[in-house]
Amino acid sequence: MKLLIKGGRVVDPAAGINGENDILVEDGKISAVGNNLSVSGTAGGAETIDAAGKLVLPGLIDMHVHLREPGFEAKETIATGTRAAAMGGFTGVACMPNTNPVIDSRALVEFINSRAASEGLVNVYPIGAVTKGSKGEELAEIGDMKLAGAVGISDDGHPVMNAQLMRLAMEYAGMFGLPVISHCEDLNLVADGVMHEGYQSTVYGLKGITRAAEETMVARDIILAELTGARLHIAHISTAGSVDLVRMAKKRGLNITAEATPHHFSLTDEAVGNYDTATKVNPPLRGEEDVEAVREGLRDGTIDVIATDHAPHAVEEKDVEFNYAPFGIVGLETAVGLSFRELVEPGILTVEDLVMKMSVNPARILGLVKGTLKPGADADITIIDPDLKEKVDISRFETKGKNSPFGGWELKGLPVATIVGGRVVMRDRRLWQENDKIRNTSGG
Amino acid sequence: MGLKHKDLLGIQDLSSEEIRLILETAEPMKDIIRRQIKKVPTLRGKAVINLFYEPSTRTRTSFELAGKYMSADTINISTSTSSVVKGESLRDTAKTLEVMGADIVIIRHSAAGAPHILSKYISASVINAGDGFHEHPTQALLDMFTIKEKKGRIDGLKVAVVGDILHSRVARSNIWGFTKMGAEVRVIGPSTLLPPGIEKLGVTPYTSIEEGLSGVDVIMVLRIQLERQQKGLFPTIREYARLFGVTPERAGLARPDALIMHPGPMNRGVEISPEVADSMQSVINEQVTNGVAVRMALLYLLAGGGSPHEIID
Ligand SMILES: [Zn+2]
Repeated sequence: MKLLIKGGRVVDPAAGINGENDILVEDGKISAVGNNLSVSGTAGGAETIDAAGKLVLPGLIDMHVHLREPGFEAKETIATGTRAAAMGGFTGVACMPNTNPVIDSRALVEFINSRAASEGLVNVYPIGAVTKGSKGEELAEIGDMKLAGAVGISDDGHPVMNAQLMRLAMEYAGMFGLPVISHCEDLNLVADGVMHEGYQSTVYGLKGITRAAEETMVARDIILAELTGARLHIAHISTAGSVDLVRMAKKRGLNITAEATPHHFSLTDEAVGNYDTATKVNPPLRGEEDVEAVREGLRDGTIDVIATDHAPHAVEEKDVEFNYAPFGIVGLETAVGLSFRELVEPGILTVEDLVMKMSVNPARILGLVKGTLKPGADADITIIDPDLKEKVDISRFETKGKNSPFGGWELKGLPVATIVGGRVVMRDRRLWQENDKIRNTSGG
Repeated sequence: MGLKHKDLLGIQDLSSEEIRLILETAEPMKDIIRRQIKKVPTLRGKAVINLFYEPSTRTRTSFELAGKYMSADTINISTSTSSVVKGESLRDTAKTLEVMGADIVIIRHSAAGAPHILSKYISASVINAGDGFHEHPTQALLDMFTIKEKKGRIDGLKVAVVGDILHSRVARSNIWGFTKMGAEVRVIGPSTLLPPGIEKLGVTPYTSIEEGLSGVDVIMVLRIQLERQQKGLFPTIREYARLFGVTPERAGLARPDALIMHPGPMNRGVEISPEVADSMQSVINEQVTNGVAVRMALLYLLAGGGSPHEIID
């Protein structure tokens, strides 16, 4: 089985390539990158994708996704979540352990792996819990989960409030080279807050969440990372102060990385509008100066990764009073378009930067042998049409979650093919079925 | 001229002209309340529903009387008494009320924004009777009516709102209303009960009650909830009363003819001393009467009434 991708602009920073090239895929691996590649001597020939005018990138990896299975299948499943990922141009997703039961043991990591193998349309990388049941009381069997294939540990959504326990988790995980992914929020400061604390929360009469809730925990975790030498990754950074803290820590040479979500670089708390529960998210949408700081952090390299924190909920769960709605925004199917619109178009990031933040860096942080199109690498490839425009139509999302504040947004720069291990799973903005044949689109 | 929207969700959404119209319409309504036979046929055949998710005898009774004085069919639904509402989503309740033919739904809810959900799913007019910490627009309208009646104007007056501004929907509605009508608004309270960004609403915050009350025309005292002390927002009720209670000495810092107001129910001896509550300057009881008049005006205007003078037969 061969696949030839012709005439696209290949952007592969790890290989130092940024220019027009053909890519030949054989048996799920990249077999050649170069000009005027052709398939010769094969009986069946190769299927060809004409990628002229398109960007051909190492497969995008979203390192912060909630697939909700097991336990919350009404919100999402591994099947629907990975379909959404394929539509969004992601060849791999790392899934958070806050399911029911919480992914805190080898058996549950294996469950995710086996479900992903049978149902998943893209690669799935399980993240294990830091503490048993994410209760913040005792360490989970981190070593055994690592042996079963966990790529990191996180009590996402349930921050580890006990600093001593977090310290131990960092020391322990360091032994396996696993990143500790921290959802930084001091729960006492969050209290029952539901949106960013500021003028808007005052006007709407909603309980606010101060920036300090995040920043005190970012500071704590940086100090603990310095103490333990752990690989700390700060999830969904949302405030200017947090960006500064990470920038300072990196200047001091600490091994710290950070991610930002498309909603935190695209929207302010004004989007809450008339109590739109699709904007209710944790950490909350912040002020203008925070959005600016997150963009600057992405530009100057303080923020290493763009991850969606894809958090689907059932429609009826979000269609309630703002205070009662669960936190979360779906992101897989809008991430690429928003990144182009908000970062590439205004010149904050180059396409090469974007590949670093959506493929190379997440692969490096999670210890995956991915993020490049060098010969011999797995053929995980994302093709993006930088000129393709589309209006976000939430009703057409593959994810079960319709909780997106981006409905009706005009996006330009969209994924047109997702290839996982040499297999085309999305093409021309629709999922590729098993028996679909790749049309030879050359010349048409 | 009528109201621009089908609903009254907050004073924030009203123009000063609309506020003026409601206040003017309330004047003849007050005459009706003073009559021997308090009944006009204006809203005959209209169904007005009081949908109360939070207990409030005072506000609910006021709306109920307002509807009855105008011959509307008024029905009360409260979460504790109705199986229709219990456990049902607000959206489904809205749809039920819609098909039952409600004309006006008055909603009181502990969650900010609940009236907005209701208005999205129902073609009836929705009146916000208090939602979380967001707004309580009819309270602000009755406060403005009372001040206008006593002072002849709102424009140019200095109004001080004292107490738990952070958790007060009354404060928010009054801030919008008074600033739109040209008053100077001060908010006074402990720093832990002043919401962030409050200055952007065009008010001046004070943590010294003496400074805040000096020279004002109106002192509006808010009810302090015991629950706030339990959450650690101030040390004790005793200290609150000592630092922020409106005593005769403190009230004396305001203009000699200043009005004393309170939305009720009062904690006498805590946020307001009994002497102040019962003083000649206190208009607290009139606020209650005016509440019915203002709510009659609102029902009338939302039900499609034109000039307020038509109803005087
Ligand atoms: Zn999180």
